[in-house]
Amino acid sequence: MTAALVLIAVTTLATAAVALALRNLIHSALLLIASWFGIAAFYLWAGAEFVAFAQVLVYVGAVSMVVLFAVLLTRRSRADPVVSPDSLSRAVSAVITGVAVFGVLAAAILGTRLTPSTAAAPTATVRDIGTQLMGTHAAALLIIGILLTVALLGAVVLAAQDPAETNKDAP
Amino acid sequence: MSALSLVLGRSLLAGDFPAGEFATHRLQAGSSLVASADSFLERLPLVARDVFTSWLPEPWRWLVNSLISIAVILSVFGLLFAYVTLAERKILGRIQNRPGPNRTPIPFINLRFFGLAQPFADGVKALTKEDVVPRGADHLLHFLAPVVLLAFSILTFAVIPYGRHLVPVDLNAGVLYFFAAGAATELAVFMAGWASRNKYSLLAAMRALAQLISYELPLLLAWVPVVLVAGSLSTTEIVAAQAGWKFNLIPHWHVFTPWGAAGFVIFMIAALAESNRSPFDLPEAESELIAGHLTEYSGFKYALFFMAEYFGMIALSGMAITLFLGGWHAPSPYLEFIPSYVWFGGKLVVLLLGFIWIRATFPRLRMDQLTRFAWKFLVPLALINLANAAFWSLSFPWAGPLQLLRWLISALLVVGPFVLLGRQLSAGVAPRVYRYAAS
Repeated sequence: MTAALVLIAVTTLATAAVALALRNLIHSALLLIASWFGIAAFYLWAGAEFVAFAQVLVYVGAVSMVVLFAVLLTRRSRADPVVSPDSLSRAVSAVITGVAVFGVLAAAILGTRLTPSTAAAPTATVRDIGTQLMGTHAAALLIIGILLTVALLGAVVLAAQDPAETNKDAP
Repeated sequence: MSALSLVLGRSLLAGDFPAGEFATHRLQAGSSLVASADSFLERLPLVARDVFTSWLPEPWRWLVNSLISIAVILSVFGLLFAYVTLAERKILGRIQNRPGPNRTPIPFINLRFFGLAQPFADGVKALTKEDVVPRGADHLLHFLAPVVLLAFSILTFAVIPYGRHLVPVDLNAGVLYFFAAGAATELAVFMAGWASRNKYSLLAAMRALAQLISYELPLLLAWVPVVLVAGSLSTTEIVAAQAGWKFNLIPHWHVFTPWGAAGFVIFMIAALAESNRSPFDLPEAESELIAGHLTEYSGFKYALFFMAEYFGMIALSGMAITLFLGGWHAPSPYLEFIPSYVWFGGKLVVLLLGFIWIRATFPRLRMDQLTRFAWKFLVPLALINLANAAFWSLSFPWAGPLQLLRWLISALLVVGPFVLLGRQLSAGVAPRVYRYAAS
């Protein structure tokens, strides 16, 4: 069991690391998808069937397509190297955002005390997960839904500015 | 054909039939041949397997049993694929008033037998063809795309219950597993289109992705009502929920309820689109995009794409049978003496013939028609159908005359939106007026 965990962890981390290092964006996107598969394999290893398959369905099926489309629609040619940031303020804000996300995640991970539980593992069926999501955690689910919708609308607003600018430039 | 070859398909659930019981079962065979649930014919695949593995020590038996299941699935569905292509070519030929392939003889005996050896000739041809990879292509991805596609389409076969005792892997979230494995096909199509370094390939891959993503939604929404009513994501429990007959006449299959019939139709339309079959075969529209994302593929890689496409079609048909057509259940209590895997195979063959018939009859859709049909028609209908199924499961305790009311409301919830939406969408478009053709 531990050997399998080590294998899964190494695969997940290695694909993620190589994805960061590669210059070819499509290759890094595909490696990122491989890394998501690794996370799904970890859920499966931990006995969370439902979460594992949902992870594959959502990330490999849907989010991967969003990532690939974004890469394809923003690169002019496939030989286009990774661009340097447009301006200093953009670079600074990118770094600040990255550090902030890292800080929040690190604080959350370090702040959680992991006490080894002696109780038997709960047997969570799909029905239990459903009642939990629709009952006690309904508010959180709704908030996440609204957040994602806002993010989607924001992305559309950002992307929709392009044609107006090109029209202005046209002779 | 498939039914008989399904005989050996079985089962990682090792140990539920110890080898020693084989003799007793053979003794009882005469008397229990008619009794359905545990008859000898029903147990035959397990018995055959256990005869094969009984001499092995216990820790090895489990492994060998699993390997046998995998080998049987691969060979049965490989053969089914081969003969579905032949049947398709013959039936398409007959519908278009030509004989279809009929000249390939069986080697050494030189008998033609309606061209029954044609699939093997095709296989040899695909294997011996030159494998051309464009110089500018991304070699690794170009090679990986058909492999990924085929691997994931084979994975989907794992959770389908082929018979009463023939479930390769019985997962708690089996239906979810099936569609999660199917979701990776989009990735393979993208890889194929992008790695070919060809404008047609990339354009066609984008179109294919738009189609696959559009129809994934109605496909997923079509099976959610089944999960809602059956109360489980496990394929075996969904099949078990469809057992029994009303008045010993009408089976309790989901397709015989108003929401189930609507869900089945939506599921089959989305399945047609997901497996790139005509009338939704835009990704490989040969008249517009040469062969779409397959343009730069040749030889056996090309054959692998088609193998994956047919595997996907067979798996989706199997899932449709599991979800809506009662799985391996017999349609009548008097026909239960026929083993369950024969019923499953029969239903599978009927659905596949339906696919072929549809391909021969319908013209290809245009891109805008395709996406409009998915987003404006199928998705709303599937959502209403979900509400319909919720009503159906809430009104479960209704009895007597209320039962009639339940059926009436449910049927109205299917027919009403269909008619209203259809009228609204086809206003000004249909019915088509033929101005110059003689009517």
